[in-house]
Amino acid sequence: MLKLNRLILLIILALPALAHAQLNIVITQGVDNPVPIAIVPFEWEGFGVLGDQVDQVISNNLRNTGEFSPIDPNNMLSQPHEQAEVYFRDWRFLGSDYLLVGKITRSDNSDLIQVQYEFFDVLREERLIGERISGTESQLRDIAHAISDQVFEEVTGVRGAFATKILYVTEDSRQSFPYRLEMADADGGRPQILWEGTEPIMSPTWSPDGSQIAYVSFETGRSQIFIQNISSGVREQLTNFTGINSSPVFSPDGNRLAMVSSKDGNPDIYIMDLRTRELQRITNHFSIDTEPSWSPDGSSLIFTSERSNNPQIYQVDLETRWEERLTFEGNYNARARMLRDGNNMVLVHRFDNNDDFSISVLNLERGTIRILTETQLDESPSIAPNASMVIYASKVGDRGILNAVSIDGRVKFQIPSAQGNVREPAWSPFLD
Amino acid sequence: MQTNNFYKLGMAAIFAVFLAACQSSTDDMMEEPMEEPMEEPMEEMDDSASGNARGAGNTGGLTPAQIRERDAGLATTVFYFEFDRSDLSAEAREALVHHANRLMENPSLRYRLEGHADERGTREYNLALGERRAQAVERYLQVQGVSANQLEVISYGEEQPVDPGTTEAAYARNRRVEIQ
Repeated sequence: MLKLNRLILLIILALPALAHAQLNIVITQGVDNPVPIAIVPFEWEGFGVLGDQVDQVISNNLRNTGEFSPIDPNNMLSQPHEQAEVYFRDWRFLGSDYLLVGKITRSDNSDLIQVQYEFFDVLREERLIGERISGTESQLRDIAHAISDQVFEEVTGVRGAFATKILYVTEDSRQSFPYRLEMADADGGRPQILWEGTEPIMSPTWSPDGSQIAYVSFETGRSQIFIQNISSGVREQLTNFTGINSSPVFSPDGNRLAMVSSKDGNPDIYIMDLRTRELQRITNHFSIDTEPSWSPDGSSLIFTSERSNNPQIYQVDLETRWEERLTFEGNYNARARMLRDGNNMVLVHRFDNNDDFSISVLNLERGTIRILTETQLDESPSIAPNASMVIYASKVGDRGILNAVSIDGRVKFQIPSAQGNVREPAWSPFLD
Repeated sequence: MQTNNFYKLGMAAIFAVFLAACQSSTDDMMEEPMEEPMEEPMEEMDDSASGNARGAGNTGGLTPAQIRERDAGLATTVFYFEFDRSDLSAEAREALVHHANRLMENPSLRYRLEGHADERGTREYNLALGERRAQAVERYLQVQGVSANQLEVISYGEEQPVDPGTTEAAYARNRRVEIQ
């Protein structure tokens, strides 16, 4: 009866294998007065057609934050490509606060492409930034994301997170390997398959330097934690215990992994030293303890426990082992992640049985909970490295999709998938 | 031997009634346990051909009604649970008594108990909940006398729903433990 020889077919696809279904962002709610910005189509002074339109990628990036309103190129009175061609009155007339121009050239005897851009404040008639970035044609999207980051920071004062990645799990029962772990640009572009198999995948997470990921795979017949190098694809099984082994999270210094194991009977929180593979037990309670996450300074863990009969967030000091309950409002508070300020955390919250699960922000000092989302079955929130947005999973009908919401709740967008279910997004750290 | 089996079955049934009585206070608060869909009779689980012979031998001391009851119990291989709960229903306990007898009569037989949750709530919490449900079945079988090494508990949490729907009926079908 016991399936001793479960047929498990697994495959690692060599990087960079392209997944076929790209995710595309659809804004569902933006700010009341987005900043008007003119992004002039970049001039291409070379032969052939470029794979990616740099200006288009930048325009989509800025629009998708909900805070910018790019002007339609068809309405532009002129299309300058460098400062000498700019007439500010043309842009004031269109009501544009900012202007981005640029051109792309290829050196005569080189594969490298150069992208030169300049960014202007229209009202002050001032050039704010300008630089020249070179790379291969396949790096055009990276260059476009880097320019988006510069423009975003210049206008908002907040570091841009366009040149980052997201991990997520897809499930499509029509595929011979229904479960996939994919990585894409933060805008859903260039999806790649990092792992695929016939058994479920859960809880992907990034190392703080973005070079490694950890996740849960059922390929051995039960949940075990794996770690994988992103560029080489080399992977290693970290746990081989009975029971549940899951919920991996790297420490801020990257040397340790907080995790859950029920190897001793029921789920408790452990920390594995990644250099020695030594396992240290952190909680020891007969109820469910799960979903650990590090405080920004690495001195404590927050986790979900149902020791008070329903899931609530607790904190344990790693030195004194003092345990403290943090959530009191609502009958379901789970999977919390602290913001860098150490005073706010993003979590899955439900007030009472008749309410929906929503992504919320708890202010620890004031004890207030702010509900950010009202979509269906919201879960798995992951915070952008610049703390501006939270990406999360929800459902539309029977389909799992990804959504994002700004940390202030003002901007919302959907990232629908062409087929199958998409879930458990994990936003990368800054990657440079 | 046959008498002994019959005796054990009787004792187990009495014990099940006793357990049901003990838990009646919690049962009252729960909704009516849902009707378990009639499963196809399981395939013969033992690879050896002797399985049939043993089965025929066992029927000796049982009335046709008792045989029907036993077969119905053994045909039930999926057990359902309330939201965020891991209590076994009275029907589940009745069926598990027959499974326990089969396991005790066939020491080489092993059960893989797969726990599942519906999709409400977070995935990692549901993984723990699925394990707790499978452990509830495991504990009940052990109380009946089944050896621990015949049982293996696995949780799939909410990762393998049988019904992808978002209705209460779909959730109820997904909150389950399957004997594999």
